[in-house]
Amino acid sequence: MSATGQDTGRRIGDVVLKVDNISLSFGGVRALTNISFTVREHEILSIIGPNGAGKSSMLNVINGFYHPQEGVITYKGQARSRMRPHEAARQGIARTFQNIALFKGMSALDNIMTGRNTMMKSNIFAQALYWGLGQKEEIAHREHVERIIDFLEIESIRKTPVGRLPYGLQKRVELGRALAAQPELLLLDEPMAGMNVEEKEDMCRFILDVNDEFGTTIVLIEHDMGVVMDISDRVVVLDYGRKLAEDVPDAVRANQEVIDAYLGVSHAA
Amino acid sequence: MSGITSTREMDTFPKLLLHHVAVRGGKDAMREKDLGIWQSWTWAEMKDEIFAFAGGLAALGLKRGEVLAIVGDNRPHMYWAMVAAQCLGATPVPMYQDSVAEEMQYVLDHAEARIAVVEDQEQVDKLLEIKDRCPKLETFVYEDERGMRHYDQPFLHAYGKVQEMGRDFLKKNPGFIEAEIAKTKGSDIGIMLYTSGTTGKPKGVMLSYDNVLITARNASALEGLSDAEETVAYLPMAWVGDHIFSLAQAYVCGYTVNCPESGDTLMIDLREIGPTYYFAPPRIYENLLTSVMIRMEDAAPMKRKMFNYFMDVAKTCGPQILDGKPVPFGDRFKYWLGNILVYGPLKNVLGLSRLKLAYTAGEAIGPEIFDFYRSLGINTKQLYGQTEASVFVCVQPTGAIKSDTVGLPAPEVEVKIDDNGEVLYRSPGVFVGYYKNPEGTAETKDADNWVKTGDAGFFDGDGQLKIIDRAKDVGKLTNGGMFPPKYLENKLKFFPFIKEAVAFGHERDYVTAFVNIDLEACGNWAERRGIPYSGFQDLAARGEIYDLIEECVQKVNADLKKDPMLSHCQIRRFLTLHKELDADDGELTRTRKVRRRFIAERYAAQIDALYSGVPMVKVESEVTFEDGRKGVLKADLKIRDVKGFEAAAPTETALRKTA
Repeated sequence: MSATGQDTGRRIGDVVLKVDNISLSFGGVRALTNISFTVREHEILSIIGPNGAGKSSMLNVINGFYHPQEGVITYKGQARSRMRPHEAARQGIARTFQNIALFKGMSALDNIMTGRNTMMKSNIFAQALYWGLGQKEEIAHREHVERIIDFLEIESIRKTPVGRLPYGLQKRVELGRALAAQPELLLLDEPMAGMNVEEKEDMCRFILDVNDEFGTTIVLIEHDMGVVMDISDRVVVLDYGRKLAEDVPDAVRANQEVIDAYLGVSHAA
Repeated sequence: MSGITSTREMDTFPKLLLHHVAVRGGKDAMREKDLGIWQSWTWAEMKDEIFAFAGGLAALGLKRGEVLAIVGDNRPHMYWAMVAAQCLGATPVPMYQDSVAEEMQYVLDHAEARIAVVEDQEQVDKLLEIKDRCPKLETFVYEDERGMRHYDQPFLHAYGKVQEMGRDFLKKNPGFIEAEIAKTKGSDIGIMLYTSGTTGKPKGVMLSYDNVLITARNASALEGLSDAEETVAYLPMAWVGDHIFSLAQAYVCGYTVNCPESGDTLMIDLREIGPTYYFAPPRIYENLLTSVMIRMEDAAPMKRKMFNYFMDVAKTCGPQILDGKPVPFGDRFKYWLGNILVYGPLKNVLGLSRLKLAYTAGEAIGPEIFDFYRSLGINTKQLYGQTEASVFVCVQPTGAIKSDTVGLPAPEVEVKIDDNGEVLYRSPGVFVGYYKNPEGTAETKDADNWVKTGDAGFFDGDGQLKIIDRAKDVGKLTNGGMFPPKYLENKLKFFPFIKEAVAFGHERDYVTAFVNIDLEACGNWAERRGIPYSGFQDLAARGEIYDLIEECVQKVNADLKKDPMLSHCQIRRFLTLHKELDADDGELTRTRKVRRRFIAERYAAQIDALYSGVPMVKVESEVTFEDGRKGVLKADLKIRDVKGFEAAAPTETALRKTA
């Protein structure tokens, strides 16, 4: 797909997100303990770890849904400890969810349009009446959404209610909605969970294409090790809320601690 | 005819383009759905695009007499590339966009293409793979820039960039394209189409402008097409039909061609456009009908009743009303009411409301399916054509359509049947020759321009041509009567319960058949009657299913009895096979055509049993499972004698025709 191996155009840049000594607990349960790592511009970073390792919590911290008790997150040079999700969205962070969170009764097109909502400036009445600024905005945003539909090759389901679509396509629509916000940082929570091989291949290609075409920085959580090792630039490994490793895929694969905790102990003897 | 351009003066595509710019420059020539919106180009805008691209091709060094390879889906840009090449006196060679790299290599190499215009990254990758093996191939132009950012080969150019180059070139060389267009003439090779080549290597069919444009003009005049038509271009550009329906006739009549957003959205786009002129292979009509029937099953009881009632009305009088034949007032009233309640809304949903003419060709279409569309008031017609004829050989005549013939010879086409029963034709559309293959040309076309179709057929009482089979498959019964196996098999296959059939009779006393039941249809039928079965083999062997199939065979026999040419071909005995005929087992080709010789060998004992009078025969066949493992399937096959079979000797006419 990214044919003839010319992957040179994508340059990994400076640190765009820095997670510093984050600790998060719910009552007595420590979900994250002193986690630090960095995300660089234009890279694909995977977070892996066994169930309950704190992966989704980490994403929730990054996009401001959870507020960590300790630690600082520096995004684009601005340190912050407390931020609300919609502020994160305004700053160019978008995400998808582990369980699909689309409006089932709405069409794929309308679902993706909702991703543009934070950018709309006209008031609700102008939008509802499709009048004045509302109309102008709608046309501009629709064009952008259509480019995403074209990009994700979902023209044929544009007007189909999302609830009627197969799972793989729903996931694609959800990615479309995240892309609609033109994010600089895209958080994907298990984008390939429950997919068959073909759907996974498609999704991988779209993730790589998004990263390549739009230069979007991507942080993703994924369980399929084949996928993770193939598409990631770097991998962060979590276990019981602690960070075990942060390195390029090959180094992570060779890391003994990671093997013990997650990839499984080799019983070669 | 109004609006149809004289091809005697404007004898090439570029000349016609200039004509339409002058006459209807502001009218939409092409549309494409992009970003969810139909984008359109008027004839004047289209001319600018084509000229810019032609200038770019000239700047890239495309010369008179060379070929330009074109690979892609039906996109306006791809059609423009064709005409742009023609402006420079070059010959476009459209190729099948889904062919694998090796197949492309053969055509590119054979046609000696130096420049290829392709749609997207996928096609570029294929060409890059074979570039080393095609020494002549130098330059690629791609239309869709997606994913192409990191390709920095100097021989790759974006379509838009080539057009920019062209605009610069034309600024420096004003009047260049016009002068080049003036040099084109009707006898030039306008297009080269490689036939898909089911047997051997593909052959490059060279068609002159005269071949294509005179044929297109004649056909347009015959059907009364005008510049008001709308068509949807969705069949492969490498196929001659698309060249005629989406390009030649559009340039002759000046009508609008619409390109769908993608293959998946075709049905939605069709509905939005509402074409007035449409072509589809039988398979598409069949699928459409099936989807309607399935959706009606789920409809509310009231609606279903209404649908069934009015479809019965339509069946009794719809085709007659369409043909302008006398129909009793009561029926006419019911049909009128049905049109308001059922037919109109149904056609609207399918996007067929505005349809004036719908062609089908390629394979035999089931009479039930054909009549369904005609009874709705859709002017559906079968035609018979070939690449070598620029499509049109025969067309069903308005007002006298018979579902089992392909109609009368098209204007200026002569058709005759040779001594072996093979159909020959001669027309202005007859191809110039196969590219770099004079032996092949001589085999197909004689000195007087008569072309062999390879099909066997005959004219019925009304002078309409009936195609029965491939000429090489037609055999003879021992009583001298002609035996066309595929014709009989098609008749059987038109029943939903029969998926596949193989007829035998060559050098035998009478005709027999193997029948492959359709598991879904027969299974459904059995379930509704509470007939238990454990699987395909069990179901196929059940007496009830044999009765059901026998009824089908009897209907076929009754039909054959009425036909003086084929009354001797009634089927006397049949059996249902214990397994589906399968391409994996070598019994069918990949395109699901019966491999007769293979079946005759493999099932020799069973075929003999059909002629020996025994009631049962054993079979053991090796099957290949999906994972490649092999196994053996054993069964006892019952043989059924068809009740009501009457041995008929070939009639005088039949014997005379086949002598």
